[in-house]
Amino acid sequence: MRLEPTLPTGQASSPTDRRLNALLRHLSSSSSSAMDTDNSISPSPTSAFQHDSVFSHVVQAPEDPILGVTVAYNKDPSPVKLNLGVGAYRTEEGKPLVLNVVRKAEQQLVNDRARVKEYLPIIGLAEFNKLSAKLIFGADSPAIQENRVTTVQCLSGTGSLRVGAEFLAKHYHQRTIYIPLPTWGNHPKVFTLAGLSVKTYRYYDPATRGLNFQGLLEDLGSAPAGAIVLLHACAHNPTGVDPTLQQWEQIRQLMRSKKLLPFFDSAYQGFASGSLDADAQSVRMFVADGGECLAAQSYAKNMGLYGERVGALSIVCKTADVAGKVESQLKLVIRPMYSNPPIHGASIVAAILRDRNLYSEWTIELKAMADRIISMRHQLCDALCARGTPGDWSHIIKQIGMFTFTGLNSKQVTFMTKEYHIYMTSDGRISMAGLSSKTVPHLADAIHAAVTRVV
Amino acid sequence: MRRFFTSTARRRCSTKNIAWWDHVLPAPKDPIVCVTEAFHADSSPNKINLGVGTYRDDEGRPVVLQCVREAEARIAGSRFLESNSAAVSSKMVEESVKLVFGQDSDVVNEERFAGVQALSGTGACRLFAEFQRRFHPESRIYLPDPTWSNHHNIWRDAQVPAKNYHYYHPDSKGLNFSALIDDIKNAPDGSFFLLHPCAHNPTGVDPTEDQWKEISYQCKVKNHFPFFDMAYQGFASGDLEKDAQAIRIFLEDGHLIGCAQSFAKNMVLYGHRVGCLSILCNDSKQGAAVRSQLQQIASAMYGSPPVHGVLLVSTILSNPDMKSLWIEEVKMMLYRIQKMRTTLQESLENLDSPLNWENITKQVGLFFFSGLTPNQVEQLAREFHIYMTRDGRISMSCVTTGNVNYLANAIHEVTRSSKEETKILCNIGA
Repeated sequence: MRLEPTLPTGQASSPTDRRLNALLRHLSSSSSSAMDTDNSISPSPTSAFQHDSVFSHVVQAPEDPILGVTVAYNKDPSPVKLNLGVGAYRTEEGKPLVLNVVRKAEQQLVNDRARVKEYLPIIGLAEFNKLSAKLIFGADSPAIQENRVTTVQCLSGTGSLRVGAEFLAKHYHQRTIYIPLPTWGNHPKVFTLAGLSVKTYRYYDPATRGLNFQGLLEDLGSAPAGAIVLLHACAHNPTGVDPTLQQWEQIRQLMRSKKLLPFFDSAYQGFASGSLDADAQSVRMFVADGGECLAAQSYAKNMGLYGERVGALSIVCKTADVAGKVESQLKLVIRPMYSNPPIHGASIVAAILRDRNLYSEWTIELKAMADRIISMRHQLCDALCARGTPGDWSHIIKQIGMFTFTGLNSKQVTFMTKEYHIYMTSDGRISMAGLSSKTVPHLADAIHAAVTRVV
Repeated sequence: MRRFFTSTARRRCSTKNIAWWDHVLPAPKDPIVCVTEAFHADSSPNKINLGVGTYRDDEGRPVVLQCVREAEARIAGSRFLESNSAAVSSKMVEESVKLVFGQDSDVVNEERFAGVQALSGTGACRLFAEFQRRFHPESRIYLPDPTWSNHHNIWRDAQVPAKNYHYYHPDSKGLNFSALIDDIKNAPDGSFFLLHPCAHNPTGVDPTEDQWKEISYQCKVKNHFPFFDMAYQGFASGDLEKDAQAIRIFLEDGHLIGCAQSFAKNMVLYGHRVGCLSILCNDSKQGAAVRSQLQQIASAMYGSPPVHGVLLVSTILSNPDMKSLWIEEVKMMLYRIQKMRTTLQESLENLDSPLNWENITKQVGLFFFSGLTPNQVEQLAREFHIYMTRDGRISMSCVTTGNVNYLANAIHEVTRSSKEETKILCNIGA
C-alpha cells in the first residue's frame, strides 16, 4: 500500500505536517532508498524518521599496513615494546625530534607581526619553489639557469607524486608507470587513483639482500618506449638498497635509449648518507644529460616536518617555453584538488634554506640524524655477530637510509611481535630510526631467537 | 592531443630531440585567480582588487585574528610537528561539526557521522566528490546556477558529471524559488544536490527560513542526498548558529547530509588549508566505515592535512575564552562589511544613479553580485583600475572607507549609459 503525502505540491507546509508526511512516506513500501541504477542498497522497512544512509553499503576499509603497526604497538602494554614500523625519526631517548633550526624558523614566523595568512598562489610559495629546485638539482644546474624547470609546492612527497601522476595521466602519451619491486606501500594507490596503470620491475634480490641489477636492466629494457619509470633517488624504501653510481649511469643510458621517462621520488635527501649533494647524485646525473624528468621532493624526514606536509614537484623540460605551459597545466590539476598549498611548512623551509646560518645548522643536524642511524646499523650488526646469529648480516650496514630489509619472513616477524613485543611491517622491514643503543640488544635477542627457532 | 615521437628521435640515442611536452597547450587561467594577477600587474595608485573573497580591514590590509595569534603563540615549537596525533584530529573534527550540527547535537554525541579534516573547503568537496564517485559511480551532482566556479572543476576532475539547477533570477536579482523546487522534483529520485547553506557564492541570495523548509521537504520526498558547502558560516548574519539554520532544518527532517566546512574565511586561515568533511550515517559503526574510506582516498592524494592549521582550529574551538573571542571577531568583520554595503548603496543613491541598488544591502555574505555586464567589468578595470570577476561579483570585504566613494563613482560612470540606452529603447517600444 502506498501512502501519498497529503499536501498539494509546491506549497509551504507547517512543521507538524512535514513531520507527519515524512513519517507516512517512511512507512510506505515504495522504493524509499533506491538510487538510480545502484542495486546494492535495499530499503530498510523498519527505519523510522531516518532513511537508510545512501552509503550503507560502504564497508570498512582495510587498515594501512604501515600505520596499522603503530596502532597495534599502542595497544601493547609491555614495557619492553619497540616500534620499528613507521619511518619517523626518533632520538636516542626514543622521542620524536623537532630540529632546532625548525624551532628557530617557526619562532621567527610567529614573532613577525607583519606576517599574514593569505592564500598562497596555486603553485605555492615562490621562494620555497626556487630554493627546493636548487636543493635537489644543485644551485649551478644548467636546467635551472635556463629556466627549463617548473617547480610547484605540493603536500609532501605523496602530494607531489599525485599531482605529477595526474598531470601525466592527462598530458602524457604513455599511461603506464613502472615501479620497483618492492616499493613504498602507498605508491601503487597514488598512481592508480591518478589514472595510471602500474607495472613492476625487478629490484630487490632476496638471495643477496642486494640489488637485482640484471633483472632491473632486463625489465626496463623490455618496457615499451616512453613508459614512465619510478626511481627512488636514494635510500630505497623499504629495502635500503641503492644502485652504485656506476649502476645509475647504466640505468640512465638504458632509459634514455628507450626514451623511458624518469619520475624520481626523493624522500630522504641528506638523510641517507648525511650529505645533501651526494644523495641527489642520481637525479643530477639524469638532468645533466639535457633530458627531461620529474622529481617529487619531501621535507617530512630531512626537516622533521612530517605533519606539515611540505614537498615540491619539479618537472625538467626541454625548453623554458614548454616549462611555462606545463606549469599552467599543473595549476589545473591542483585547483580542483585543494586550490592552493598550505603556507606554514613551506614558510619554515624557505626561512631555513634562504639563511646561510640556518642552512648550515640544518646540515649539521641532518648529518647527526644520519650518523645516529648508521651507528645503529653497526651496533645491530655487531650484536648479531656477537650472538653468533646464523646468517650473513652485513646487509644491515650495506643498506642505506632509514630502513633495513632484514630478510626475516612473516612468520618470524609474527614471532618477534608475540614473544618480544617488537613491531615492524610483515615484510621484515625495520625502521632503524626507531632503535637506540639501549634497545639494540633486545632486538638482537629477538632476531636471534626468530632465526634459530622459526623457519 | 597526444603526440608520438618522430623517427628522427628514434634513430639517435641522444636526448636532444625528445620533447615529451611540446603538445601541451597553455591552460586557461582560473577566472578568480587571474583577477588578482591582473591587479598585481597594474601600477595605478588607485587600483582596487575586488576579486578574491579575502577579508581586509578598513585600511585595506589583510588581518590576523587575535584568537589565532594567541593560539599560534601557544602551539609554537610544540612537539606536534610529528604526524597528526589521532586525538588532535578527532578533537578538531568534533568541535567543527558541532558548529554546523549544534553544540548538543545527538548526531555528534552518538557519533553517527563520519568526519575527517580536509584541505579547506576545496579539499572537503573534492574528497566528497571522489567518495561519491567510488560508491555511487552512476550518480551526478546538481549544482546551483550560478555557483563558485571551482565546484564544476572539482566534480569534473572526480569524474562525476554535473547538472545545473535553477537558483538565481537575473531579472528579480533574487531566488528563482519555483524553478528551484521544480528542478528538485524533476530530478531522478536519489540525486545528489549541492547547497550553499548561507551567503551563497557568488550571488549573496539565500532562501528564507520557510523556503529552506520547503526545499528540505521536497528533497525528502525525492530522497535526494543534500551536500552542503559551508564556506561562510558567520558571514551571513554574524551569528554562527543562525547561519547554520538551513542545516539544522535538514537534520530535523531526518536527512543524512554531507557537509564541507572551511575555516579559511571565518578564522582568516586561508593559507593554512583547514576544513572538515562530514557525512551523517545510520550509526557509529557505519560512521567508522565511511571515515576509513575517506581516509584512504585522502592518503592516496596527499596523506594527511597539515597539522598546524588543525592545531590552531582545535585550540581555538576547545578553549571557551578563545572561542568567545573568535565569535566576537567574526561579528566585527561582518559589521564592517555590512557598513560598507550601506555606504556603497547610499553613495550610489546620492549620485542620483537611475538604477536600483537595494540589492547591495539585501544580499548577504562577502559578495555583491552587481549585475554588471562583462563589458562594464572590463571598463572598470581599464578606466578605473578596479578589478572583479567577469560575472560582476564584487568582494565587499575589500571595500574600505577610503575607496568606497571612488568605487561608487566608477560604478555610476559605467552604468549611467546603459540605463539611458534602456530608456531610449523603452521609449521607442512605447
